[in-house]
Amino acid sequence: MEQATFETNIEDVKPPATSVGVIGWVKQNLFNGWLNSILTIFTFVVLWKIVPPFFRWAFIDSVWNTTGQACRHAAGACWSIVSANYRFIIFGFYPYDQQWRPFLAMMILFGLLFYSRNRKHWKKSLGYAWILGLFTMGLLMKGGLFGLVPVETTKWGGLPLTLLLSVFGLTAAYPLGVVLALGRRSKLPAIKVLCILYIELIRGVPLISLLFMSSIIFPLFLPEGITINKILRAQVAIILFTAAYIAEVVRGGLQAMSRGQYEAAESLGLNYYLTMRLVILPQALKIVIPPTVSILISAFKDTSLVVIIALWDLLKTTQSVLSNPEWMGFSREAYIFIAIFYFLGCFSMSNYSRKLEKELSAGEESR
Amino acid sequence: MNEALEKNMKYRSSDEAMIEIIDVHKWFGDFHVLRGINLTVHKQERIVICGPSGSGKSTLIRCINRLEEHHRGRIIVDGTELTNNIKNIEKIRAEVGMVFQHFNLFPHLTILDNLTLGPIWVRKIPKAKAEEAAMYYLEKVHIAEQAHKYPGQLSGGQQQRVAIARSLCMNPKVMLFDEPTSALDPEMIKEVLDVMIELAQEGMTMIVVTHEMGFARSVAHRVLFMDFGQIVEGNTPQEFFDNPKHERTKLFLSQILH
Ligand SMILES: Nc1ncnc2c1ncn2[C@@H]1O[C@H](COP(=O)(O)OP(=O)(O)OP(=O)(O)O)[C@@H](O)[C@H]1O
Ligand SMILES: [Mg+2]
Repeated sequence: MEQATFETNIEDVKPPATSVGVIGWVKQNLFNGWLNSILTIFTFVVLWKIVPPFFRWAFIDSVWNTTGQACRHAAGACWSIVSANYRFIIFGFYPYDQQWRPFLAMMILFGLLFYSRNRKHWKKSLGYAWILGLFTMGLLMKGGLFGLVPVETTKWGGLPLTLLLSVFGLTAAYPLGVVLALGRRSKLPAIKVLCILYIELIRGVPLISLLFMSSIIFPLFLPEGITINKILRAQVAIILFTAAYIAEVVRGGLQAMSRGQYEAAESLGLNYYLTMRLVILPQALKIVIPPTVSILISAFKDTSLVVIIALWDLLKTTQSVLSNPEWMGFSREAYIFIAIFYFLGCFSMSNYSRKLEKELSAGEESR
Repeated sequence: MNEALEKNMKYRSSDEAMIEIIDVHKWFGDFHVLRGINLTVHKQERIVICGPSGSGKSTLIRCINRLEEHHRGRIIVDGTELTNNIKNIEKIRAEVGMVFQHFNLFPHLTILDNLTLGPIWVRKIPKAKAEEAAMYYLEKVHIAEQAHKYPGQLSGGQQQRVAIARSLCMNPKVMLFDEPTSALDPEMIKEVLDVMIELAQEGMTMIVVTHEMGFARSVAHRVLFMDFGQIVEGNTPQEFFDNPKHERTKLFLSQILH
């Protein structure tokens, strides 16, 4: 008898109409329960109040290619501040007729970053491509060879400077952070204490004070006549700072690894270095991708703090345009413009991290 | 099968020692886990260790490849003494295979990569050769078709067989098993024991911590009973099960064989 009931159940039964189609979706996702219904309505009202007026301001009533004077009569956004000043905002004081050089350097950087997205491309040749690319970018920026006019680093600014500080800051801070995390868990007391001291000291001060130290206090200790490039000093400060935070996140990942993984690796005869490189770190670093990316994103945004030691990064060049009487008062438009750059940077980082996480865990999930 | 076993049973005790454990002591803090262990394991000899929980069985076999450090006495594996010399430790570990209760496969690597990791990086064997050998051992544990899956996609019994194959890929001189079947569902125990029996038939030197008394009876040359950090009694399976000498052994056997 059980057999019989079973067979009648097996026939295809259409789902009830309320759970399919647009109405079904709306009902299930927006109005399932009174609390959700209220939230949905509230959200729609807020969106209605914000989006159309913004759209009107930004696109319909806006002016695009005028002087600052003309802008003052416009009802909407004055994008002219961007179109009239974008070269300065993006390249700062880099000589106007040479600005193709930083532009080309940035294109090389974007190209390399984009190509490196795909893990299948992570081969030795990619390493060489990066080395060659870095060399070319440095040459383009600095000049002095192959008939390129030399450009002082004091003239570097804007987007290339922001990218320089963040791309090198982050790529150098990450391995340093991993080494610090390993050091903090070392069995050798001297190394362990040093790493703990370093991490806790750095985490105990704000980035601003580190930047100040690197730009004002540090040079006082240098012998007369020797100066270390200001950008380099800021770069080092950013690296040291970010590495301490990454170290703590990575330590969390290391702690999540079971003792059995270490033991299995060791009982195969793998030494400490190979155990870490082949077994522990690939797993531990994968676990901490999300918090690591949070740190990298905030480090990327924190590079704008170099303003206080008078480096002309993207934020500073924008501010200086705004202090020009012709363009005074259009800060909304200018900041929206650079916010787009920062957003693109942060968004591609978090997007990439999600892609990476997904790829790395492909297949390993348990059934 | 039993005849084949019989033949292999006849290792000669005059053979060289594979492992010598001489008056070994170990403490965990104040707790005296191993209290003067003396044991010689000959080449091709198969030893089963049993005993109540907490008696130090795992600690003893983990001392043999230095996953735990002993504090007094000497442990000599294939002529090399275990000291603080890292190079010696790594050398011994490469010669001694270890199978854990919880498999401890590397979850981020495919089965094949799990197997070739040691050969490629420790033995410096070219990748293609290491993979060939890995496939051979996967065949041997009857699981070759899973080579490209990840450990998380296999059942417990399959994972343990992979773990055994992973050790075998290093061409070990001794295999240590720490309760290899006790984390498995009953229906998977046999498939793992069968692989271990095949291994025994080929003359592998084995030390097995297990409560599988059927396995001990048919495979072991010697069964040891441990309690409170000491080897209380050791004998051929026949004698050990039918004629236990010590009270504690009798009590333990009566509990385990209901
Ligand atoms: N790392 C450690 N630190 C402190 N005590 C430990 C440690 N490892 C084991 N012990 C203790 O040492 C004793 C012996 O442990 P061991 O794992 O060798 O026992 P065992 O005979 O294998 O028992 P079981 O059958 O439960 O596996 C136990 O009382 C255990 O609590
Ligand atoms: Mg145990």
